[in-house]
Amino acid sequence: MTQWSGYFGLILQGALVTIELTLMGSVLALFMAFVAGMGRLSRFFVLRALATAYIEFFRGTSIFVQLFWAYFVLPFIGISLTPLQAGVLALGLNVGAYAAEVVRGAIQSIGREQYEACTALNLGRWQGMRHIILPQALLVMLPTFGNNAIELLKATAVVSLISLADLTFQAQVVRAQTGNTMVPFATILVIYFILALLISWGVRSLERRMARGLDGVRV
Amino acid sequence: MEWDWNFVREIMPTLIQGVKITILATLLGSVLAAIVGLGIALARRSPNKALSRTVGFLAEFIRGTPLLVQLYFIFYVLPDIGILLPPLVAGVIGLGLHYGTYTAEVYRAGIDNVPRGQWEAAKACNLSARQTWTHIIIPQAIPPMIPALANYFIAMFKETPLLSAITVLELMNQAKSVANTYYRYIEPITLVGAFFLVISLFSVVLLRWLERRYGKIER
Repeated sequence: MTQWSGYFGLILQGALVTIELTLMGSVLALFMAFVAGMGRLSRFFVLRALATAYIEFFRGTSIFVQLFWAYFVLPFIGISLTPLQAGVLALGLNVGAYAAEVVRGAIQSIGREQYEACTALNLGRWQGMRHIILPQALLVMLPTFGNNAIELLKATAVVSLISLADLTFQAQVVRAQTGNTMVPFATILVIYFILALLISWGVRSLERRMARGLDGVRV
Repeated sequence: MEWDWNFVREIMPTLIQGVKITILATLLGSVLAAIVGLGIALARRSPNKALSRTVGFLAEFIRGTPLLVQLYFIFYVLPDIGILLPPLVAGVIGLGLHYGTYTAEVYRAGIDNVPRGQWEAAKACNLSARQTWTHIIIPQAIPPMIPALANYFIAMFKETPLLSAITVLELMNQAKSVANTYYRYIEPITLVGAFFLVISLFSVVLLRWLERRYGKIER
């Protein structure tokens, strides 16, 4: 039984890579979500068109294809990425496109009267967005962002196919070395599930924190 | 490296082969997901607490873990206990189970959205439970679900490249084998992306039509 502890260490290393990927991917996704989501609401046609093209392209093609494209095709046009960079790029851009629609929807869900109040208080477009609209919209976005983060976590399994040593990859290694299939795969399924639970728990407590003091303002 | 149209013409027939398998897997997976989802939704409504809790937890678990790992599990672990599945069958089961947990939520929302009054009216008209379901609830619950279900089937379509990891010869796998034979990645992988984008854009048009035809489901 001692050997299992060594293999478990391998799987834990994989878990660290998965967590790292999820965090870095989420940061990029969050950034892209706000850029593209606000871009879609821009006054300028060019920005709107760019944001729409980005969102439709990344939502329309599969994450798997995007990852392979980033890893295998980009080197031919002179951009070489490490597996980790390709993974973060593909995951972040893909999930960012989904989250951009969440940002757009949340900003649009804020009532007209809030915008009118901004005008009445003589706030600029940016000031109104920063101090009035976004703080309210963020609360609407949060639960869906949580779901997006879980989607991202699940999508990280795909990077094992471009030889990045994440959970799924390490499970394959353990499987190849021990010949046992059941144990490694069952273990990583449980680990993924725990990570997903952690994300949804974290988002829920963040939501509670941010909703503090807003009772009665919105449902 | 340059884009080579002759090479594109040469590999097209192989890729078309793959597209067929991709579409076949999506269709079969959708049918299975529709059935599994209905089963989960009904089991979760069951008055038997043990049944509804167990099914609820299992669905939550499947939704929180990556499809890729589930596919590995079905394809590599089940043979250990004597169930040997051909790759395509394993893939369709994986897709169907995974997306079944999502469609279950659509069914749940659809059924919950039928107003209470309809249940009470059915009772007042002395309809049996079976008659209530077949004549009153289901005919009203299904149409608003259709766009949401279609949405998940499109999402499933974009996940089919994962089946290449369990050796199903679908579009992505054909592209990879072509790429590995000629060591040219630009054309095959880009074409896969283009195929997905074109089919996704068409399905978005179809989805818009479904939404107009059957009414929007509230998000």
